[in-house]
Amino acid sequence: MTATTAIALRPYAAIVSARFRMLLQYRAAAIGGLWTQIFFGLVFLGVYDAFYRSSLQQAHPMSFAQVVTYVWLGQALWAMLPWNPDGEVRAMVRSGAVAYELCRPVDLYGLWYARALAWRTAPTVLRAMPLCLFATVVLPLLGLEEWRLAPPASIESAIAFAAAFVCMLLLGCALTALMNVSLLWTLNGEGAVLLMAASVTFFSGMIIPLPLFPDWAQPIVQALPFAGLVDLPFRVYIGHIPPHDVVAVLRHQLLWTIALVVFGRWLLARGMRRIVVQGG
Amino acid sequence: MPQPQPQIVVEDLVKTFRVSERAPGVWGAVRGLVHRKHRTVRALDGISFTLEAGELVGYIGPNGAGKSTTVKILAGILVPESGRCEILGRVPWKERIAHVAGIGVVFGQRTQLWWDLPVADSFELLRDIYRVPQERHVPIRDELIALLDLEPLLDMPVRQLSLGQRMRCDLAAALLHAPPILFLDEPTIGLDAVSKLAIRDFVTRLNRERGVTVILTTHDMDDIEALCTRVIVIADGHILSDGTLSELRNRVTRERWLTVDLVNPEEHVQDPDATLIRRDGHRVCLAFDPQRISPAELIQRVTSAHAIRDLFVENPPIETIVARLYGESPRSRQP
Amino acid sequence: MNALRLYGRYASISLRSQLEYRASFLMQAGGQFMITGLEFLGIWALFARFGSIRGWALEEIALFYGMISISWAIADAFARGFDVFGEIVKQGDFDRLLLRPRSTVLQLFGHELTLRRLGRFLQGAAVLTFAIVTVDVDWSADRVALLLLTIAAGACTFIGLVILQATSAFWTTETLEVWNAFTYGGVTMSQYPAEIYRPWFRRFFTFAIPLACVNYFPGVAILGRPDPLGTSLAFQRLAPLAGPIFLLIALQVWKFGVRHYRSTGS
Repeated sequence: MTATTAIALRPYAAIVSARFRMLLQYRAAAIGGLWTQIFFGLVFLGVYDAFYRSSLQQAHPMSFAQVVTYVWLGQALWAMLPWNPDGEVRAMVRSGAVAYELCRPVDLYGLWYARALAWRTAPTVLRAMPLCLFATVVLPLLGLEEWRLAPPASIESAIAFAAAFVCMLLLGCALTALMNVSLLWTLNGEGAVLLMAASVTFFSGMIIPLPLFPDWAQPIVQALPFAGLVDLPFRVYIGHIPPHDVVAVLRHQLLWTIALVVFGRWLLARGMRRIVVQGG
Repeated sequence: MPQPQPQIVVEDLVKTFRVSERAPGVWGAVRGLVHRKHRTVRALDGISFTLEAGELVGYIGPNGAGKSTTVKILAGILVPESGRCEILGRVPWKERIAHVAGIGVVFGQRTQLWWDLPVADSFELLRDIYRVPQERHVPIRDELIALLDLEPLLDMPVRQLSLGQRMRCDLAAALLHAPPILFLDEPTIGLDAVSKLAIRDFVTRLNRERGVTVILTTHDMDDIEALCTRVIVIADGHILSDGTLSELRNRVTRERWLTVDLVNPEEHVQDPDATLIRRDGHRVCLAFDPQRISPAELIQRVTSAHAIRDLFVENPPIETIVARLYGESPRSRQP
Repeated sequence: MNALRLYGRYASISLRSQLEYRASFLMQAGGQFMITGLEFLGIWALFARFGSIRGWALEEIALFYGMISISWAIADAFARGFDVFGEIVKQGDFDRLLLRPRSTVLQLFGHELTLRRLGRFLQGAAVLTFAIVTVDVDWSADRVALLLLTIAAGACTFIGLVILQATSAFWTTETLEVWNAFTYGGVTMSQYPAEIYRPWFRRFFTFAIPLACVNYFPGVAILGRPDPLGTSLAFQRLAPLAGPIFLLIALQVWKFGVRHYRSTGS
């Protein structure tokens, strides 16, 4: 990284760092969130366990063991999923302070993206590690061996997952930034955010792994951007998508990320112009 | 004939708090995840005073002195560690509901009105909360509206009011149930001059004409000088002074200030019996002890030595008085 | 003005104020309906793939799902003041509640009667209707009464949980998320019959946080099928009482919390 790039990135790094530190303070919330995550994980696994044991046919698109890992990954990385906009942005828009954004000598969308980055990563750091610890180490100790979070299917899968993970973060932040930008249109923006949140939670595979959807729905859900947030990267991890197919996954994620970034930039410009004209 | 019990009795109140400390920076934040340090703060260290009905008392002190703690205890919100307090014969924190029905509280920083409701609706809701019968509510309400000039504001939601307008509405709201005691916490903070005067005027009339006991906590010394005959100074959980304003002044210093406007700003003004406090272009301010040299004599000396456009003699501002009082206190904090 | 009438006033003010923002409210409700609808769609998808869950059919799940959703939506509507209590305390507004000659509980219930879960309520009602229509059961008067009482008892339980959540705000406003496991998690968990979960899980939700008592057990009685867990019909019918009892316990804990706040001041 050249000196000029480092200097240029400083304001964004500062935003991420400041927000990160602030979000780290909420240790009790982290513990609370961790606990909630564990609880949901156990409930989901109990439900899948019952479903799989009831089922007479043996061949399913995903095995129970694969679903278990999938569910724990989902809980661990829940905070990274773009299911909510940044509360700080909402407050900024409501108070009118968002107009001050235009006074900052940085690229506006870059600023908003950096903000989304902090919003998505800080809570995750606090929760992902302890949750993975619980799901890999504590569960077997409690006698729930079959419910543990398994390691990646292979070294190649692990490497492929690392790449998909990065793209998953980039895609998630692009969607979060888009949600934040939508808040500039106070009324309709909340509606748009709701729509996005619903689509994200459902079509990402967070509620039900996408392969378990009916067969006729598969082509639709695989094409949407949301698959790249949860389903595709997780299936790379568990080996359901073989490592050599990860390029297709990355391409899917990056193409959608770029599309959302471009759209987000355009929308932000329009949104800020509207704020300035209307006086916030 | 036995002495009537003072309306408010405070005796040896003690209140301590536990405060947690957080280290700054990222490392401090991470460390804070695991371990938090605490320290004990003695907010009130045995304070005592009594108030008769109808007094208008200023309760002043530096930040963290224990002012809001005292007010919260008197209001019945906070329970002290030890000590005695009786208001209208009740212990505030023991009979919360009965006690708060008889007091009014205005916080300058936060409104008690409902943000999205028209002011009139807030008043009605308060009437229901305080169980004021309609026949009693209407004349009180109408009078407050007239005195505080609230008629044009009644249909406006509180969020649309300016600070001065909101303050007046909050004052009315606190008095709708005709409490004999009123607590005012920073009532004029952030207000423009006109609003401040209106509020002061109202409070004075409320106290003089209705006999409402008023306890005023504020940093604005103009409020104190305009309204209070009695001033209680608290610092570090102790009462430093309790008496009239002139007693407070005289206790700290007899000093008076002479300010003159020179015709020629280049001139150097000095006098063996006076100290130069401030020099600002044409304006020169000298402090002197009226027992060493009378104001008339000092004026005579200065005006004969220099050409003067204007002059006046005043007491040092109460801020200076109070600051010196804190500075003198053996228990005051180091700067 | 007595407490009930005062609550009525609070409620009407709150409703009027929310309905002012009609467009936003409709959008919220619509969005909620859609999101919860997608949730049930997921369940339907699972049944489409697996057929049944330990012998329970989709329409039976729909009964449990519908009842608990409605219970939660009702509870959330009434307990909004307690739900946002963390914010109230942080902003120092609880002092103002203490300065009014009314119980803090009444004032917090009166804080808002929120319509924001209307979407979820309607969706829950839709699923419950589906269950009522498709399930093979004779809807006698006492079955219907049990259904309504169960829903009410469920609401009591959730209100109790939110009150406990609010009470924890007296100690720290940051722990509040812990309770999401029991509220949101509790709703999700109760969508399926408690019978499918592990024994220690079931026991906790029967005796500690009695969600099974206000959904599963009476649900089994309503469905008229024998309980795989072997409880008697009498127990199933009486179980909903656990709801109001839990609420009363929560209110006592709240009183304790207020006492703590008034001695530490925070």
